[in-house]
Amino acid sequence: MDSNRWIEAGNAEEMDLEDVARFDYDGRTFAVYRTAKNEYYASDGYCTHERTHLADGLVMGNLIECPKHNGRFDVTTGEAKRAPACVKLKTYSVKVAMGKLFIKID
Amino acid sequence: MVSAAEKRDYSILGPEQEKAVTQGLVSAVWYQCPVPRKRLKELTKRRNLPAFRDTVLWLALLGASGYVAWLSWGTWWSILAFAVYGTLYAVPAGSKWHEFGHGTPFRTAWLNEAMAQFCAFLSLSPASTYRWTHVRHHTDTIIVGSDPEIVAPRPPHWGRLLARYLHPTVTVRGLLSYAAGRMSEELKALIPAAAQKKLFWEARITIAIYLSLIAICFYLGTIAPLMFIGLPAFYGVWLNYPLGWTQHLGLYEDTLDHRLCTRTFKTNAIIRFLYTNMNYHVEHHMFPMVPYYNLPALHEEIKEDCPEPAPSFRAAVRETIDALRKQRHDPNYVVPRVRSFAERVGRAVMIDSIGLKQQVDGGRPTTAV
Ligand code: FES
Repeated sequence: MDSNRWIEAGNAEEMDLEDVARFDYDGRTFAVYRTAKNEYYASDGYCTHERTHLADGLVMGNLIECPKHNGRFDVTTGEAKRAPACVKLKTYSVKVAMGKLFIKID
Repeated sequence: MVSAAEKRDYSILGPEQEKAVTQGLVSAVWYQCPVPRKRLKELTKRRNLPAFRDTVLWLALLGASGYVAWLSWGTWWSILAFAVYGTLYAVPAGSKWHEFGHGTPFRTAWLNEAMAQFCAFLSLSPASTYRWTHVRHHTDTIIVGSDPEIVAPRPPHWGRLLARYLHPTVTVRGLLSYAAGRMSEELKALIPAAAQKKLFWEARITIAIYLSLIAICFYLGTIAPLMFIGLPAFYGVWLNYPLGWTQHLGLYEDTLDHRLCTRTFKTNAIIRFLYTNMNYHVEHHMFPMVPYYNLPALHEEIKEDCPEPAPSFRAAVRETIDALRKQRHDPNYVVPRVRSFAERVGRAVMIDSIGLKQQVDGGRPTTAV
């Protein structure tokens, strides 16, 4: 597989501050975050606890709260911050270029 | 007549567990009423102020009623005073343990955790047991064989239901075994190994604090300290159980729709306060990210897509007890209010066919009991 691919994931400004959006690509699903500090992050779409999509969750500071059991992850590192989420979430680099969001998918 | 084929094993480690998996009822996708994303985001917002206000008000009421109880000590008035104090202690301790355990009321995370631990302590329990049983309860709400928090099987058994009033005794026995590093196979299945250690330490700390309190009682020569902390978990819980029964009893099992297995009821401001708005139970289950103080607004958003709520707490208890009585003879009985809603949304037939399939798949001989 081609490594270090930057994939376009939509318009950066279309996301609200402190929000999360779903991005599907090539049979995979991701969650893209925009924090209150206007920073963008991305992770695997599904929670590591159960198969619930984090795009339906709540962004608070650097945390995403899972909508199913309120488990939390730090979106900057993927670290699980609140049970029942215990396993780290895989994160991906994000960049903004010409108003577009790009995710680096391995 | 109830047949043996209709009696099911409600253990989460029993044969029903596999059946629930086979039927696609475990870790499944549940129905959600449509709520515009922007509105849902508003409703999920956490605010320290309402959580702080309600917590301070609760503690102030506890302090004031405790003071009155203290003044009445040694008189007949103390029975009434402690009844009030015990209720103000036990109902909010239970409901707030639940709410703060979800981590949703305060925006500041550690305040939620501190309150969950405090309320669990007041309820004579380590916080972690319920935390993990409750996770499963939210994944598989009233799915037989997977939800460890189903209050009564079908057909219900009155003796066992009322024996739950002895639950604090069971809790104390549980505390002692957790402190010794032991737990049931069910809990082992629910609590990850790393979290089990935390549970054991919570139990040890809880016991240590209560032992200190008992020592103070001996030193002072009075049971008064325990009457204020600890014992209300026995004498103050009279309202906890009917409140708990209304959450799911008398409704559907094995459905992936909280509108059909969970009850919302309207009630007055006092019960809403004591019960931390958990009367909006459909709303809570469908959108667990919404903090309790936003549940009335969420109710307004989705009520057109839900069954009519029971009109009062009394009505909710009455319909629940009536359903339990009828389920003694007809385990498939569901309160008409929700059954007619299920028929309207076309789900009753589907659920009944699941029930029928289970009876057929059960394959056990039908014996009258
Ligand atoms: S599914 Fe995300 S915390 Fe349980």
